[in-house]
Amino acid sequence: MANYSWPPMEKRRLMGKRLERLDGIAKSTGRAKYASDFNAPGMLFGEFLTCPHAHARVTSIDTSAAEKLNGVTAVRVIAKPGTEIQWAGAEVASVAAISEDVARDAVRLIKVGYEVLPHLVKEDDISKAGTRAKAAGETVTGDLEKAFSEADVTHEGSYGIPVITHCCLEPHGQVVEWKGKEINFRPSTQNVTGVGGDLAKNLQLPATDVHVKMDYIGGGFGSKFAADLWGVESAQLSKASGGKPVKMFLDRRTELTIAGVRPSAFAKVKVSAKKDGTLTGWQSDSWATGGFGGGGSPPLPYVFINIPNQKKNHSAISTNTGGVRAWRAPNHQQATYLTCCALEDLAAKLKMDPVELFAKNADLTARPEVYRNQLKKASELMDWGKKWHQRGDSGAGPVKRGLGLAIATWGGGGHNSQCRAVIHPDGAIDIELCSQDLGTGTRTIITQVAAETLGLPMSAINLKIGDNSLPPSGPSGGSTTVGGVSSSTRKATINALEKLYEAVAASLGAKQDELEAVDGRIQVKGHPDKALTWKAACQKLGVKVISEMGANDQKNPGGLNAQGVGGINMAEVEVDTETGIVKMKKFVAVNDCGLVVNPRLAESQIHGGVIMGICSALTEERILDAATGRVLNADMEFYKLSGVGDIGEIVAHVEVLPEHDKRGIVGLGEPSAIAIPAAIANAVANAIGVRVQRIPLTPDRVLAALEGRNA
Amino acid sequence: MQAFEYASPTTVKEAVALLGNKWGEVDVLAGGTDLLSLMKERLATPSKLVNIKGLKELGGISAGKAGLRIGAAVTLDELMENAEIRKNYPSLAAAARGVSSPQIRNMGTVGGDLCQRPRCWYYRNGFGLLGAKDGKSLIPGGENRYHAILGNSGPAYFVSASSLGPALIALGAKVKLVSASGSRDVAVEKFFVTPQNEMSREIALLPNELLTEIVIPRDATKNATYELRQKESLDWPLVSASVALKMKGSTVTSARVVLGHVAPTPWSASQAEQMLAGKSITESVAEEAAKAALASATPLSQNAYKVQLARVAVKRALLAAASGRA
Repeated sequence: MANYSWPPMEKRRLMGKRLERLDGIAKSTGRAKYASDFNAPGMLFGEFLTCPHAHARVTSIDTSAAEKLNGVTAVRVIAKPGTEIQWAGAEVASVAAISEDVARDAVRLIKVGYEVLPHLVKEDDISKAGTRAKAAGETVTGDLEKAFSEADVTHEGSYGIPVITHCCLEPHGQVVEWKGKEINFRPSTQNVTGVGGDLAKNLQLPATDVHVKMDYIGGGFGSKFAADLWGVESAQLSKASGGKPVKMFLDRRTELTIAGVRPSAFAKVKVSAKKDGTLTGWQSDSWATGGFGGGGSPPLPYVFINIPNQKKNHSAISTNTGGVRAWRAPNHQQATYLTCCALEDLAAKLKMDPVELFAKNADLTARPEVYRNQLKKASELMDWGKKWHQRGDSGAGPVKRGLGLAIATWGGGGHNSQCRAVIHPDGAIDIELCSQDLGTGTRTIITQVAAETLGLPMSAINLKIGDNSLPPSGPSGGSTTVGGVSSSTRKATINALEKLYEAVAASLGAKQDELEAVDGRIQVKGHPDKALTWKAACQKLGVKVISEMGANDQKNPGGLNAQGVGGINMAEVEVDTETGIVKMKKFVAVNDCGLVVNPRLAESQIHGGVIMGICSALTEERILDAATGRVLNADMEFYKLSGVGDIGEIVAHVEVLPEHDKRGIVGLGEPSAIAIPAAIANAVANAIGVRVQRIPLTPDRVLAALEGRNA
Repeated sequence: MQAFEYASPTTVKEAVALLGNKWGEVDVLAGGTDLLSLMKERLATPSKLVNIKGLKELGGISAGKAGLRIGAAVTLDELMENAEIRKNYPSLAAAARGVSSPQIRNMGTVGGDLCQRPRCWYYRNGFGLLGAKDGKSLIPGGENRYHAILGNSGPAYFVSASSLGPALIALGAKVKLVSASGSRDVAVEKFFVTPQNEMSREIALLPNELLTEIVIPRDATKNATYELRQKESLDWPLVSASVALKMKGSTVTSARVVLGHVAPTPWSASQAEQMLAGKSITESVAEEAAKAALASATPLSQNAYKVQLARVAVKRALLAAASGRA
């Protein structure tokens, strides 16, 4: 069997190099066409009528005026009379028309009668949740009472992290054309391979009827796997409009109201330790909401999983709000926030440097050595030893500096991926797989792997992705894409090379297994003089085209990819204690991710994760009105995201080390986005001397904490 | 979208002849940074739009006998970059700079800043200018973190969105309002009003009038604006304070202290103004004035922090003005 192992570190020509992303210019010049850029002749526009009430029953619906409006091609009722609606923004009817304006006008002409029912939209105070809160039940390890009574120090605290949305810059949506037996589906999706089947299932059609294509996506973060109701409705509207393509992308208000959220997490935590910082006990009563279905249960205690004595309970609260979707490391950002804030508070009580406390307890984690080394590296990059001070000991003057840290872990591994490598007799090469590039650089990575394996420059590879007629790859979720596609591409290209060796071995007077592909040649191993140029070698194929498959073996990845990474994040902030305004000064993110295919892209991923985390730490939250049940900030002015001036310096460090490299490739999308809010919240506590219990760290919360009103 | 008539007059005379007599019928389009989003949300559904961007009479910044004249269609960027304004009215340049998006500064106009509608999220979400449901205001018991802390006895709880208003009031500026039948000058201070019902507006402009220019008197003042917002990038101010001090040596002979984003109108802090007369600006005097400025604040359930922020803004604006670093 062929040897698919990665070439040794020192022999790689392209893998491991800081290459620029292949589609960078296309994206920055606007030549790259995103799903929402697609337009077709005669295209119609779809629009939803959504429910203005957080909880209501539809009593009547009259679409006649909308149907009569000039330019309207189809009107569909989604929520028939009798339907109980569980959150504001839920879809009630849909319309297709010749323009967006006409579609919106038509929506306004639909008359719906509602019986308004009582709602609950806020979960921050669990005592008000009543029967809407469902406790999972206590889990107990060891003897917590004994641990607490014998501890040298205990700390009790309350912490909270709110519901936020994905806020993809490209909203959810698609263009769908349902003509006869064929459906052309152009969604903004993280799942080109699977989303067609999902649409087909909803339409009760065979999956083979749906052709999916997507070149570029403007952000997904876990919220764009399914065909969704908007996909299904667009298809139905297209069919009802004689097969004309229907474009339907959610407007910003709807996007931020119903297209997915990250669950909140609140907890009362008690931790105990010995005088030297050794953790002995953990107790948490946590609660969260992810919408009507409940949702969200952070794994506590996070990373320090082997604290010997534990007692935990978690309640899911059902609220009348838009539902949960996976959000870049589901449950982890919440878990590290609840855990690391409590540990930082404990360290402050012990008057101990939290770096020391984390290092001391590294044995309670799954990867002690990795974390100890990362703590060392991050401290060095932050100059922690010199800058850190005891909590609140930040000198005179209203502006205080502080440092904080937090920890992360993630799985990764490689998803199901199949790749076809095609070598044409003229030397041209197609690399084909139905994956997608979420903006992470997947195109670049696949091309690096293929070119490295074939001994050719990047420009020799013609890469085809984003089309479900290509060999299937899994959805891009869970940081599994880079592991999966690198493995399948490596195998397909090696298999194709084997066929090429077979075709040219005789003319080089060697056996097939004595050949190698190096620097644009097929040569006898170590003998550049006994060689054919790539082109000459391919000409030996005559009229035959080589087409070989490769598949990632999830059960036995063969060293090509792996699971399990860690990260240490450190934040430095400046807080104006007169105004409560927090400014980012510096952020250090140290991550391992196995074999690093492209350090530049890896760092870019970390930058994205850190920026997302800064938003979530400082400004981002979904604000609901208790009385009306509506999201008040479903827009881009009060749903606040950080801009360039709010980010500060980011130091992204990817560990390129032989001990990581030998594990194979591990994804970085999720782990890079986990520990940021926790590190920033800890830095603020260190700066101002008190804990701000809940994020985002807005001026009102910071000032309240300084005045001793923490709520 | 409701069809509307679109007019592009070339003179003020033509423009005012196109205006209506009732709010909501005709809207004036300048930079459009607010109006277009209001129209998209159907909070504005005019049957006619009068585009005034092409009116030469509304452009330019020039010094005259009465003071500095600023055309209503001057952009915020032009205002911020103008040498005369940077030198003599740094409070106004700083207020324009506080509009934190270059795109808005490039398109948005001085007149538009004064006439823009409130950012109150109840208003923007369709609960009316006063944010009420079934005749009851949603704001005192609702999400009021960004709402008024002064002048908030109801029915209006929103805050004036104008960035330039406080600075112009502190500088004693007037606006010229022109209609088909003539024109009137109104002190900027009187231009902002607190609406008492859904049908009224938050400015004294009448539906048949066009704001054509602003005149700032030539009085020499030490002036400054200090604004607090959470983000550096696009964000609305939480509070701002504009001050203008007439000085004799290091002694304040008279002071204007005007707060922004704290009340349904820019808010003149007369107690602070009176207190400052005859004093030199020191850290403790500035702090005292800040306290006096907010003495009558009546915060709502979620916005007590704005009282503290406004105090800080007043103090820092006074210290900046006195030291000449606006």
